[in-house]
Amino acid sequence: MNSSDMKSVVGKPLNRVDGHAKVTGAARYSAEFPVAKLVHGVTIQSTIASGKIAQIDTRAAERVPGVLLVMTHLNAPKVSGEAGGDRKLPLLQDNQVRYSGQHIGVVVADTFEHAMQAAALVNIRYDEEQPALHLKEHLDQAYVPQGKIPRDQPPDSAHGSVEQGLATAAVKVEQTYTTPIENHNPMEPHATTAVWQGDRLLLYDATQGVFGAKKKVAAVLGMPPENVRIMSYFVGGGFGCKGSTWAHVVLTAMAARQVNRPVKLVLGRMQMFGPVGFRPETMQQVSLGATREGNLTALRHAGTSITSTFDEFIEPVAKTARMIYACPHIETSHRLVRLNVGTPTYMRAPGEASGSFALESAMDELAYALKIDPIELRLRNYAEFDPDKKLPWSSKSLRECYQQGAARFGWQKRNPTPRSMRDGNTLIGWGMATATYPTNRSPASAIAQIKADGTAVVRSGSQDIGTGTYTVMTQIAADALGLPAEQIQFELGDTNLPETPVSGGSQTAASVGSAVHLAGTEARSKLLQLALMDQASPLYGATAEDVIAQNGRFLLKNKAANAETYGAILSRHGLKTIEARADAKPGEEKDKYSMHSFGAQFVEVRVNPDSGEVRVSRWVGAFGVGRLLNAKTANSQLIGGIVYGIGMALMEHTVMDPNRGRVVNADLAEYHVPVNADVPSIDVIFVDEQDPHVNPIGVKGIGEIGITGSAAAIANAVYHATGQRVRDLPLTLDKLL
Amino acid sequence: MRLRFRRRRLGQFAIAGTVGAVLAGFTKQAMGQSTPQTPSKPEVPADPNSYVDVELQINGKEQMLKIEPRVTLLDVLRERLDLTGTKKGCDHGQCGACTVLVNGRRINSCLTFAIMHRGAEITTIEGLAKGNTLHPMQAAFVAHDAFQCGYCTPGQICSAVGLVNEGHAQSDADIRELMSGNICRCGAYPNIVTAVREVLEGKKNAAV
Ligand code: FES
Ligand code: FES
Repeated sequence: MNSSDMKSVVGKPLNRVDGHAKVTGAARYSAEFPVAKLVHGVTIQSTIASGKIAQIDTRAAERVPGVLLVMTHLNAPKVSGEAGGDRKLPLLQDNQVRYSGQHIGVVVADTFEHAMQAAALVNIRYDEEQPALHLKEHLDQAYVPQGKIPRDQPPDSAHGSVEQGLATAAVKVEQTYTTPIENHNPMEPHATTAVWQGDRLLLYDATQGVFGAKKKVAAVLGMPPENVRIMSYFVGGGFGCKGSTWAHVVLTAMAARQVNRPVKLVLGRMQMFGPVGFRPETMQQVSLGATREGNLTALRHAGTSITSTFDEFIEPVAKTARMIYACPHIETSHRLVRLNVGTPTYMRAPGEASGSFALESAMDELAYALKIDPIELRLRNYAEFDPDKKLPWSSKSLRECYQQGAARFGWQKRNPTPRSMRDGNTLIGWGMATATYPTNRSPASAIAQIKADGTAVVRSGSQDIGTGTYTVMTQIAADALGLPAEQIQFELGDTNLPETPVSGGSQTAASVGSAVHLAGTEARSKLLQLALMDQASPLYGATAEDVIAQNGRFLLKNKAANAETYGAILSRHGLKTIEARADAKPGEEKDKYSMHSFGAQFVEVRVNPDSGEVRVSRWVGAFGVGRLLNAKTANSQLIGGIVYGIGMALMEHTVMDPNRGRVVNADLAEYHVPVNADVPSIDVIFVDEQDPHVNPIGVKGIGEIGITGSAAAIANAVYHATGQRVRDLPLTLDKLL
Repeated sequence: MRLRFRRRRLGQFAIAGTVGAVLAGFTKQAMGQSTPQTPSKPEVPADPNSYVDVELQINGKEQMLKIEPRVTLLDVLRERLDLTGTKKGCDHGQCGACTVLVNGRRINSCLTFAIMHRGAEITTIEGLAKGNTLHPMQAAFVAHDAFQCGYCTPGQICSAVGLVNEGHAQSDADIRELMSGNICRCGAYPNIVTAVREVLEGKKNAAV
């Protein structure tokens, strides 16, 4: 049994199925559910980075009309912020201040205005202690992390001896690269609406992982998980900061319990700089050694990043160095320094984005030192298999990416000499870098149900954070079920649906897609079995192989007249629906293959020699990402990653006041992210790639690879334009003067 | 800097005298200071906790409200009228997510008090489509995938409709510049430009 491939819905550039809801304002995000008797919560945040709350005076706040609760460590119910794994959460359990911006109180009032007014009236006196705020001042306290880096890898790795490899090198590059704290700033602020129904808790939460939120909230509040339901139908961007459950989520539930009313709590933009994670500051040493011909003899990538005083997050900057180039001697390491900051977290391509800035800048420096074209240098060190795991790639099209990207960009016209290309007074620079991101997959489940009216409903927990989950799952289900996409309703964003992983690590398409594919296929074969065994069916007696499914009908391959609609089969059997559930999980493939997406970034910058202003004027990115589920949404994902990379390269930088650790640019006027005028047209090439090994649907993740290599490509282009090598992000104009 | 100027510009004309006065009064109150602030219009009471009757015209419908004078137009839409299509991204006039049309002109609804718009014709994202027929700008956004998460989208679309009304955009560079008050963290900018261009060109063709 096959659904005819000619009619495959997967791969088509379908418009988003949730597009209509999004352009008409009908799509409801977590702060937008009209719940009866809803009241408003606002958190109060610490204004010092370390110390104790000596006194907290809530009297004036309590006198504001409409105020129902001022919850502080003095009256908060006892809960355990460390329970349930994930992040350790300060939850008003003591008077300790661990970082600036820590939630130290929650005000609940009848209106948002009253809650805001009251929050401003809470008077706090601190016993302040000297905070640790600067990575450079505390490098001597760097330690080996207790935890693992992603994919359960130890923080350090060594193949061969880099010392030895450097000793034999004809040319060396040994440099330090630094990246600052960056904040995710999804356009939708973190928001939670908590509704208690007896001992059951319903949460509308802006989260990338409804099931993770359910587990964490239940554990912290000491509830059976089945009493907690999380809903998240639309999420206004995440980029990692909504991947963990943070303190405000639990605090909202606690406050709602206290006031015995549903509470909605939305963090203000300024409140998101601290308590909901950030990309940590890093300091990275890269050492490269090579022969005259450009063959790498040594590669070391040593990263140190910051974490909080009470929890651990490792920015795995050196992960890519383990697998990206062929080299006999590779060493990587990760160290952490504890500071009085909130706990950092995953931010779009955690590790790969910041790490590739260092490594791919160093490769460019090596190319200049050797006078070899940077693409050629990378080709000479092309890894034919994974040098760390010693496994073959499930597929790798990096050569094609270099080739097709370079051709589209016109790379061969590049004069490699710095400051050699100009347009009038403007300096022009062309730079490139390699992109890569691992292909992840986790267990996921789905239920597909075919209905007698010829439509189908497919359900799977999951989330759509802008990645197109609703759309691509509809497409996968359409092919699996043999139905047109319009006949399928795909539901997600609810812990009452089958369990799925967090939308992080670019794994949703692979994980949930595999489950949807299997559930759909299974539901269709169940239905077909009914027909094949039913004398009243025109398909009676045929085998499954003889039948194709198309547009809600089964028909015999050789005799299309023998056909029957799904609806007819179900009605004859007196069934309203037929359904199947699939629990899909990764198999042995990860032990047999190393699985990654690869790509090549090419960028043109224009630099004003007088002001140092850098503008990105042209971009070509070529990517091998396995099978495309939807050419339109995939293109958007890649563009989005690259735009995030432009921000990282040129403007994003969270600046802390050096004394109290308060973020001084905690808003969107001062924390710059790319705006429309900062972004040129972006040309994304998808290199044709079939990967039979990664997962049943042959897809690799696309949400994160777009940012990898982006910052380095820009920094390399700026070097080409100006002759100045900037090793400290962001690449602001002051660094070029 | 260029960037900052660009982002703030949309907000600037929305802050009129009244807002400044009421805001100052509120800030002082919130900070526990006692200097009373004389409101510039007698109808606005000094006490932020007193209520006034406000009648608004939103998407062609009359809305009667009893609100405190300090309530922003954005919070009226989202919290009082369940018109949640208009989004709050920053509440400070820095992101454009809350853009609505007032008498055809785009403004940041977070930077303006509802009470200032009595008698004005307010259009939100919910008021653009005609029944099931999308406004051409909405249709172009869908066709060109000019969004991902969709959170900035109502603001982008209202802003783009305002841009077309203004009639200044002649080129892609103009569109980029004039749409730079609306941040899209998903980075849908190139597709937004395509969508807006298509509507502008369609309009030109229609006019010929
Ligand atoms: S500009 Fe109004 S919410 Fe951001
Ligand atoms: S679509 Fe997500 S912020 Fe624009």
